[in-house]
Amino acid sequence: MPKELLEGNAAIAEAAIRAGVEAYFGYPITPQTEVLEHFSERLPELGRVFLQAESEVAAINMVYGAACAGARVMTSSSSPGISLMQEGLSYIACSEVPVVVANIMRGGPGLGNVQPSQGDYFQAVKTTGHGDFHMLVLAPATVQEAIDLVVLAFDLAEKYNTIAMVVADGAIGQMMEPAELPPMRPVRLPKERPAWALTGAKGREHIIITSLYLGAENLERVNLRLQEKLKKIAASEVRWKEYSTDDADLLLVAFGTVGRVCQTVVREARAKGIKVGLLRPITLWPFPSARLNELAHQVRGMLAVEMSAGQMVEDVRLAVEGRCPVRFYGRLGGIVPLADEILPELEKLDAELAGGKES
Amino acid sequence: MAMVEIPADMELVYKRPESLTLAHTHYCPGCTHGVIHRLIAEVLDELDVRERTIGIAPVGCSVLAYYYFNVDMAEAAHGRAPAMATGIKRVSPDKVVFTYQGDGDLAAIGTSEIIQVANRGEPFTTIFVNNAIYGMTGGQMAPTTLPGQVTTSSPTGRDVETTGWPMRMAELIGILPGAAYVTRQAVLDGPGIRRTKKAIKLAFQSQLGGLGFSMVEIISTCSTNWHMGPVEALEWAKEHMVAYYPLGDTKVSDGVRALMEGR
Repeated sequence: MPKELLEGNAAIAEAAIRAGVEAYFGYPITPQTEVLEHFSERLPELGRVFLQAESEVAAINMVYGAACAGARVMTSSSSPGISLMQEGLSYIACSEVPVVVANIMRGGPGLGNVQPSQGDYFQAVKTTGHGDFHMLVLAPATVQEAIDLVVLAFDLAEKYNTIAMVVADGAIGQMMEPAELPPMRPVRLPKERPAWALTGAKGREHIIITSLYLGAENLERVNLRLQEKLKKIAASEVRWKEYSTDDADLLLVAFGTVGRVCQTVVREARAKGIKVGLLRPITLWPFPSARLNELAHQVRGMLAVEMSAGQMVEDVRLAVEGRCPVRFYGRLGGIVPLADEILPELEKLDAELAGGKES
Repeated sequence: MAMVEIPADMELVYKRPESLTLAHTHYCPGCTHGVIHRLIAEVLDELDVRERTIGIAPVGCSVLAYYYFNVDMAEAAHGRAPAMATGIKRVSPDKVVFTYQGDGDLAAIGTSEIIQVANRGEPFTTIFVNNAIYGMTGGQMAPTTLPGQVTTSSPTGRDVETTGWPMRMAELIGILPGAAYVTRQAVLDGPGIRRTKKAIKLAFQSQLGGLGFSMVEIISTCSTNWHMGPVEALEWAKEHMVAYYPLGDTKVSDGVRALMEGR
């Protein structure tokens, strides 16, 4: 398919349609509303289900219901809306039904603002809801990558019967750039729904989908099964991208929009003779910890750059296990750190570590 | 549970509905959930829809209803059953979908969800069991607790000045245009149980006809948390609950009226 000039939010919705989404339930919230609007136009004309819910609380539970019925389903929201969905996400995680969520993050806490932010990293990878679970979290840096990761999100959600969340900051949701959409996949027919789905107890025992397990041993067994699955995901689904890391002795770590800004920083720093590379995590959970640990042996230090007060940097520090210094630079409130403010931070780190790699 | 062979000279006149499992329920002695479960199961059998029915269990005493109904079931978060049912019915319009909810679930934490589904006219059925108390958590004040009623969280009796008034949900839902059939019944004696079954059947028939949202509110008892014997509880409910919650239909759409007259 040829490249088109696409807006991030509309592209995310259209990618889901191409991936065969059967139903969408959502609620308007800036800066993701165009996702909902695109679905509202396209799904009915394709004979699929679109419903604007009365709240994010209802939307995620509609998604939960549709997923239990075996339909390919998604919702989207932005930070405060995701907070309202956390209850439902926890139930979905325990029930092990596949669900895709797009989170076009905005500034917080509270009502915050509608500017792009990465302040919900913790929420996406660590504090999604009550109980022990993780979602699979995918973070695009371009509109093209957003499209590709939405399609991948459906595949992974269904492969592992888990929640896959695509987290993009508002900049990716709102900007337009050339990108290519995938071909239209055929929509799964009702009779092709998975065997575990609620389709009516015809010629088989009745099926129960629940997240209630009375008795400590019962619930521990369920939790251990969940953890086993998460281990499998962690072992097989880590994704990241590296830029100029071959000979790097300093490393930038950044995801999403600021990960893209850091590519410019790498070019400019190298022009100044600083041998810096960039690791851009694509899966925030599972996190590319093993690769960061390897690189910690190679580089003198790392600089994590985020559109937050420093959230991912905690996972970078956990990954490097103290093998090298890890510094942080971030902007808050919806401000995107620019190359000409990141570069001085990098130069500072370079000067500080001028003595070379301590061994 | 072993089935007993029926002697050749006797006729089978009463049996477990196919739509109930063989499981023993965990409900307290004197609880009316078992009666209501059976009525729903009889209706599903009579309408021959068991094999295409999907039920949603609530949070509350009937949280384990999915073990007792021999149909596909999901367990919702507290109050969210109507939203889940919406998701299921929208992607599986050929299925018969129902939620089974208590008063805390439907009239407190899930008020928004129930009003919205009724207003959208989602074509599924809600069975709303009103026993004026939170049973599962041990007898706290519910949105339907009567004025002056003593509960563990209204130890001197419900004070309507500070806690508001008991909510008449059937009336509230009945005024919404999307609601096709809304009624309040009681399972406090034989005739009431028979009327309740008729109402449940009409609600499911309304769903099968695609007529809109249907809800049967059922006045029920909670001997355990009311601290009464089962018979005393039935009498108390008749005297006090039915006085506050009048029985009868609060909404019969034209389509449902035609259904009723066609019977």
